[in-house]
Amino acid sequence: MAIFSVYAVNKSGGFIYQYDNYVHRAEAEKTFRYPLDCVLKIHDEKVVVSFGQRDGIRVGNALLSINGLDVNGKFTADGKEIIEYLKDSTNYPLSILFGRARLSSNEKLMPASMFHSLFAIGSQLSPEVGSTGIEMLETDMFKRHCFQTLTGIKLIVLTDPRQSGIDELLRKIYEIYSDFALKNPFYSLAMPIRPPPQCRCWASPCS
Amino acid sequence: MSRQSNRTTDSKKMNAELFTLTYGALVTQLCKDYENDEEVNKQLDKMGYNIGVRLIEDFLARSSVGRCQDFRETADVIAKVAFKMYLGITPSVTNWSPAGDEFSLILESNPLVDFVELPDNHSSLVYSNLLCGVLRGALEMVQMAVEVKFSQDTLRGDNVTEIRMKFIKRMEENLPAGDE
Repeated sequence: MAIFSVYAVNKSGGFIYQYDNYVHRAEAEKTFRYPLDCVLKIHDEKVVVSFGQRDGIRVGNALLSINGLDVNGKFTADGKEIIEYLKDSTNYPLSILFGRARLSSNEKLMPASMFHSLFAIGSQLSPEVGSTGIEMLETDMFKRHCFQTLTGIKLIVLTDPRQSGIDELLRKIYEIYSDFALKNPFYSLAMPIRPPPQCRCWASPCS
Repeated sequence: MSRQSNRTTDSKKMNAELFTLTYGALVTQLCKDYENDEEVNKQLDKMGYNIGVRLIEDFLARSSVGRCQDFRETADVIAKVAFKMYLGITPSVTNWSPAGDEFSLILESNPLVDFVELPDNHSSLVYSNLLCGVLRGALEMVQMAVEVKFSQDTLRGDNVTEIRMKFIKRMEENLPAGDE
């Protein structure tokens, strides 16, 4: 997937919309026998690997699911504490999925607001008057494009570094926002958007 | 600009008469509910404001005009692009004040008032006051505070419909980051 995520931030820096599309490439599922040879610890309400990197399981990867059932923080799907569950030899053999920890909505809120502040600082630092602010942030793994409308809404798209045509995509997303969000009279401006499941206009691959 | 649409009807092909009828039904119902022309005018302005704050995003998304440098450019964009896009009419921009902060939009025709005749007991009703609210709301979202009112109205016996727009101030506190 060339488009990883789409976010929308309102004028005051609050999150309006988020959509994540990335394939979790950094996931590894393995069947384990007692005793577990990875050392796990609790970090930020999640169970992460602190020692025992091998076979695609890396230090820092979070425990995502046990036997196919997604875990809930440091508890299993049926409410048992994971660390205690894994110490019990009668539960084995079991299959555990490790991977990069998925961010919760609250955790995404903080970087988005921080980006909003960076954006403001960026335009103030500009040597020329009338700068538009940060348009693109490039790393080796992804590019982060930002488009600020005249009304202060910021549309942010995370894409593959090789992906082109993002300007057009941002304009299209703006059109879609003005249609589906604004034309709904029950939607209050600057409030988070909860898309209905069938509204996946920008989920289809845009190339 | 083509866009993907799940709707079967293109909005531009909607019957203009249905639009006139809808607006007429709205105004008459408001008159019945409030029984006071001034109150109805206020309500129409409020409704127009709510439409305006949303319409501006649609307008900016579809027309891709950039930020206007001064009030004259704003007037031109409103008359030649916005009115054309939404009502299919192109009003003329005239009567600029000496300071350049007030102008008039002269509308030869107004799709909202097709076939409408104001009865005598509604002499102070500003039938198309929704338009004033729309303009006010839309410009407020791009950080311009304006005052909009009808100074002439064909429904009340004048020759043309004239909307007077006055620039109040630029709203600096709502400015998005980076726009100076």
